[in-house]
Amino acid sequence: MSKELKRTPLYPLYTRYGAKTVDFGGWELPVQFSSIKEEHRTVREKAGLFDVSHMGEVEVTGEGAFPFLQYIVTNDLERLKPGKVLYTPICNEKGGVKDDFLIYQLKASHYLLVPNAANAEKVVRWLREQAPDDVTIADRSATYALLAVQGPLAASIIQTMTETDIQDIPFFRFQEKVVVAGIEVLLSRTGYTGEDGFEMYTSHENAPLLWEELLEAGKTKGLLPCGLGARDTLRFEACLPLYGQEISESISPLEAGLTFAVRLKKNSDFIGKSALIEQKKTGLSRKICGIEMMDKGIPRTGYDVLNEDGKRIGLITSGTQSPTFQKNMGLALIETPYTEKGSTLYVRIRKKTLKAVVVPMPFYMRERG
Amino acid sequence: MNLPKDLKYSEEHEWVKTEGEKVRIGITDFAQSELGDIVFVELPEVGDEIEADEPFGSVESVKTVSELYAPLSGKVVEVNEELDDSPEFVNESPYDKAWMIVVEPSNEEEIDELMSADEYEEMVSED
Repeated sequence: MSKELKRTPLYPLYTRYGAKTVDFGGWELPVQFSSIKEEHRTVREKAGLFDVSHMGEVEVTGEGAFPFLQYIVTNDLERLKPGKVLYTPICNEKGGVKDDFLIYQLKASHYLLVPNAANAEKVVRWLREQAPDDVTIADRSATYALLAVQGPLAASIIQTMTETDIQDIPFFRFQEKVVVAGIEVLLSRTGYTGEDGFEMYTSHENAPLLWEELLEAGKTKGLLPCGLGARDTLRFEACLPLYGQEISESISPLEAGLTFAVRLKKNSDFIGKSALIEQKKTGLSRKICGIEMMDKGIPRTGYDVLNEDGKRIGLITSGTQSPTFQKNMGLALIETPYTEKGSTLYVRIRKKTLKAVVVPMPFYMRERG
Repeated sequence: MNLPKDLKYSEEHEWVKTEGEKVRIGITDFAQSELGDIVFVELPEVGDEIEADEPFGSVESVKTVSELYAPLSGKVVEVNEELDDSPEFVNESPYDKAWMIVVEPSNEEEIDELMSADEYEEMVSED
């Protein structure tokens, strides 16, 4: 490792909680604290605390912010209002995904975008290239820390730390200037685990105290610090795409099954729109689908997927042994004719060709109360 | 770090226990701890020949696949079938319940080239 790894403001606390760190796209981040399986189970049954401060934060402001962002994103910002969050991909001209992120509407002329860490600089550059004079792009990634509390007990834990009635915040809504344990945060009911939960944006200097206060408040409810390993297995079971795997510059959001976030009928042009319309018209030649192994073996990113005749029909984008179901499962980008539920296909795992079947997505969906 | 003194160790984090004419092989406590939760173990079959420094199987954690490199050459005479259903033994009991294979070495000298517990400990603490 020649380049020095970036660290979040919580880095000094990691060792105290037993973290094992890894190089994650240039960031030294905890892959696990106790064990991926235990952390995964804790989030599904109780609640887990994640440091996701590596995520980017970009503010877009100005009179032209709304029409500008409408031109950049595939989702329709008409669905936003102050206090609401929207998930959207952004595309290149060919309809490939440049990044996917949440957009917070603070005011009609003020938005907060949260790009993936590895794409943050690229997104800022892309926005600046396109932005008209009445729009300002400010990279705030070095200002914000981001903590996520995820799991069925997340709301009840945070509620003990604040006077704001957080049950009043519905999924994909947020409130600014919420005081949690004396610390001001932007509190957002969002996450990347398939569970109920909150994400808290705060300053770098307040982040370590907030982390400690959350763990203290959640102790009796079983809250555990969790790493990126569990975050990945949790999002995998919920079939939430990971940039670089299910989506990339050469995979379209339609191929990735993100049709709910691609509004081809919205009242404005957007980058990639004509390519996506064309793709929809001619039909998708390949799609992301879920698979479950019938033979013994774990599918992993990049493994070839074959049909019965041994012809290559695609590849695995993500795969692991699902901690919730104890089954070896994968997400695969494969030729459309093979994506029917129940279809048999084969995964090349090292020297073996092992049988798998197409299964419905998402693998995991929480029960909503 | 748990490193039994009566075992020999390879650079690829396997332990080797001499039992008369045969040797028993598994992975070290250090290795299992680095890998995290083991969810799958793939081993050769009885009768297979393994060759020193060549892969003879793999262990998979939730996150990654790691090849198992043979610490010596020989013929596999026993395989721990229990790891099929209980791969977590590798985390819980790396030197006992999670032995992987028993081999008849074809070249006894290869055993002498392995490291002692002290030498292995020195190697892993340098990382």
